[in-house]
Amino acid sequence: MAKTHVTMTVNGKAVEGLVEPRTLLIHFLREQLNLTGPHIGCDTSHCGACTVDLDGKSVKSCTLFAVQAEGGNLLTIEGMAAADGTLHALQEGFREMHGLQCGFCTPGMITRGYRLLQENPNPSEDEIRFGISGNLCRCTGYQNIVKAIQYAAAKLAGASVKEAAE
Amino acid sequence: MNAITPSKEERAEKLQGMGCRRKRVEDIRFVQGKGNYVDDLKLPGMLYGDFTRSPHAHARIKKIDTAKAAAVPGVVAVLTAETLKTVNLAWMPTLAGDVQMVLADGKVLFQNQEVAFVIADDRYAAADAADLVEVEYEALPVNVDPLKAMAPGAPVIREDIKDKTEGAHGKRKHYNHIFSWASGDKAATDAAFAKADVTIKELIVYPRVHPCPLETCQCVASFDKIKGELTLWGTFQAPHVIRTVGSLISKIPEHKIHVIAPDIGGGFGNKVGAYSGYICAIVASIVTGRPVKWVEDRIENLSTTAFARDFHMETEIAATKDGRVTALRCYTVADHGAFDACANASKWPAGLFSIITGSYDFPTAHVLVDGVYTNKAPGGVAYRCSFRVTEAAYCIERAMDILAQKLGMDPAELRMKNLIRREQFPYTSALGWQYDSGDYHTALTKAMDKVDYKRLREEQKAKQAAFKRGETRDVMGIGLAFFTEIVGAGPSRNCDILGIAMFDSAEIRIHPTGTGICRLGTKSQGQGHETTYAQIIATELGLPADNIAVEEGNTDTAPYGLGTYGSRSTPVSGAATAMACRKIKAKAQMIAAYMLEVHDDDLEWDVDRFSVKGNPERFKTMTELAWAAYHEVPPGMEPGLEAVNYYDPPNFTFPFGAYICVVDVDVDTGVTKVRRFYALDDCGTRINPMIIEGQLHGGLTEAFGIAMGQEIRYDDDGNVMTASLLDYFLPTAVETPSWETDYTVTPSPHHPIGAKGVGESPNVGGVPCFANAVNDAFKFLGSTHIAMPHDHWRTWTVAEKLGLHG
Repeated sequence: MAKTHVTMTVNGKAVEGLVEPRTLLIHFLREQLNLTGPHIGCDTSHCGACTVDLDGKSVKSCTLFAVQAEGGNLLTIEGMAAADGTLHALQEGFREMHGLQCGFCTPGMITRGYRLLQENPNPSEDEIRFGISGNLCRCTGYQNIVKAIQYAAAKLAGASVKEAAE
Repeated sequence: MNAITPSKEERAEKLQGMGCRRKRVEDIRFVQGKGNYVDDLKLPGMLYGDFTRSPHAHARIKKIDTAKAAAVPGVVAVLTAETLKTVNLAWMPTLAGDVQMVLADGKVLFQNQEVAFVIADDRYAAADAADLVEVEYEALPVNVDPLKAMAPGAPVIREDIKDKTEGAHGKRKHYNHIFSWASGDKAATDAAFAKADVTIKELIVYPRVHPCPLETCQCVASFDKIKGELTLWGTFQAPHVIRTVGSLISKIPEHKIHVIAPDIGGGFGNKVGAYSGYICAIVASIVTGRPVKWVEDRIENLSTTAFARDFHMETEIAATKDGRVTALRCYTVADHGAFDACANASKWPAGLFSIITGSYDFPTAHVLVDGVYTNKAPGGVAYRCSFRVTEAAYCIERAMDILAQKLGMDPAELRMKNLIRREQFPYTSALGWQYDSGDYHTALTKAMDKVDYKRLREEQKAKQAAFKRGETRDVMGIGLAFFTEIVGAGPSRNCDILGIAMFDSAEIRIHPTGTGICRLGTKSQGQGHETTYAQIIATELGLPADNIAVEEGNTDTAPYGLGTYGSRSTPVSGAATAMACRKIKAKAQMIAAYMLEVHDDDLEWDVDRFSVKGNPERFKTMTELAWAAYHEVPPGMEPGLEAVNYYDPPNFTFPFGAYICVVDVDVDTGVTKVRRFYALDDCGTRINPMIIEGQLHGGLTEAFGIAMGQEIRYDDDGNVMTASLLDYFLPTAVETPSWETDYTVTPSPHHPIGAKGVGESPNVGGVPCFANAVNDAFKFLGSTHIAMPHDHWRTWTVAEKLGLHG
């Protein structure tokens, strides 16, 4: 099948590749860019394990063609930690609050949590639960995921307050 | 003790041993997307396999034409049963003593059955080609109802064995019959029923469900023709069993098979069995000489690998008029699908279903289970429970509520009256199990106090009156479940898989600098073994948990083990870990005595060191002793500090718990709101309370899913109606309730650290608790038993049938 040239920015880095028009974004990320953090869990857009951030929106990368991300700016779990390796507040929160078990939903869940907190830096429990309802977890029962996102919200709020004070 | 030596408490805290809420070591990689799951694996020259599957539930195959598929660019080979026959692998043995088609041989027996396996350069080409395999079918009559399987003239599911009168578990009484399995004293039970004051009888059905872990089943097989060696990476809950079975099936010598289970994205029983995909990937790698990856999609997962339950339990209880139970009788039809690929210990075709007398002191009981073939997918795994324990717990807990209703008693009062009393432990049940320890009345009392049970019942009474006056359209339900599990399979006298006793193992090596590695025969799928096993070692050996690496899932390096399922890791490998530590500690004590120039008996263990009795200033820490083990051992002693233990548990362990749930059901919409869910668990000694709570949250959420919506449903033609997440209910964060967890601690007397296992308790206890709550809501309107799942539609239908919609 004829291939199409795509270029995009992934985790701050310009990338390019040749894909079939039907190549799913998740396969492009996982198999051509070797970004295996986002996972495939369902084929029907229900589970959210493949969630990545594209141009300021959470998207399910199993339901987009790679060509649809042409020219886009993507963030995956691999781009969440700081360049010096410091974990993002969400990554830290998931560990501190035991927000994960098998780890399979975690990259999608954290990436979704990132966009949720961008849109609503101080969400209520109900807002968090609604905000992550496109991401399924079979291990945790969500209770500690909610706490992990609350932890990150508090930490990010504290950090920005502190920065403002300095 | 001088000022320099920290106190016992300070030293113990630094170890992060048992009882502490140690943060998980696994999380560092998982939160950064650096987990290593099977589908992340990429090998040079790797091919991809995909299945052509049957659209029919039952049909004869007239012809398979693979020419068009083989012509797709990128396709390397297409396997059918005919190809597999050349290597004698068209059929494979199952764990239950049956045989199963790897690829359809002559006919298909369930929808989506594997018919051909296409191997191609990439997964898109493989999927394209799988669609182009042309199969000519002749449809046959279908049966998906287990209660009709043994009727005269029922469709013959298994032509290959239709004339066999003996099966793997004894006599077969019909061509669709697999086994009969009975336990208990039939005569005594029948006699007790004959003279009972009160009896109840109900057909209690636990529908077919599926564990549905977020990661599906998958593998990569790589056969090295030069060395004649196979490496198989896969989502295996029991890697050593896969190696042994793989060797027996393929005839590749076992030492030339390397099975590796990397990180696993949830299992819940789905990843215990051996599936066609594994066999086809192995054969494809042998045929092509290249690595072959097979990754199941979600529809394939839900419709072909590992269903659970499908138990149809006609249950009776006999009791005195004041509510003492006198006998239990249960006749069950178990639907095993088209092949008996049930994952049980080999001698137990109905698993540990005879735990059905539950937490109650039944003087006598009798159960009989008939397994049957239908046109449904094979499987029969324990979805987050020990073998068939969830079915038993659901059945007895529903039946006790039905009995309470008939007696006009409160369900809690009936339970209190019949719970096994503390002084009766160790308790031998009517069906022969010896319960290790329990304090049931304390647990139930605590649970009832915590939720203020009495006040809840008063509130319910007031609400029922208001409902009858037409002031509200909500009915309130209070669900109670008191469950006892039987986990930690198991003692070799009871349990084996294909003849291999169900022990488990741990091998610990302490390095000269006082760090170490522990390798085990179990395999975490999210349970946090890397964290918790290290905590056991920290407490046992006095070395910080952070200094212990835990490794599982590589059959070349790990000692032989039977894997992780049935809540067996802590009861069996946890015990092996403690026992291996004790061997190491005994040797360290001898080294310490030699260094301190005292007799072994003059030393005492003190958190992280051996010190001289009465003179705590003279001591050797375990870290010092580790160094000494490599350069200063007593004359004649072998250097080094390591041990291995294969632990054959003397008995199962019997975790228990008391759960209470409060629901409000809107009779006009059928929507059930869970107002509160309180779960008290007793899993004996608690290794990591944070992980225990996490396991409970997750298991309760699975129980919520099962009770309130999950079902693998078939239509009369055998079409599976719920094979994707469009139709199969997985709770999201929105509808999932918040969980309250609590505990009591009754250690197991026969386990080295007193631990019983906890991962599956919430699924076992949670399902009947939800079901009892929904049933309880409608009880005052004359309803006795409403079948699961309690989704909105069904609940609305119940209200409709009760005439509540005017």
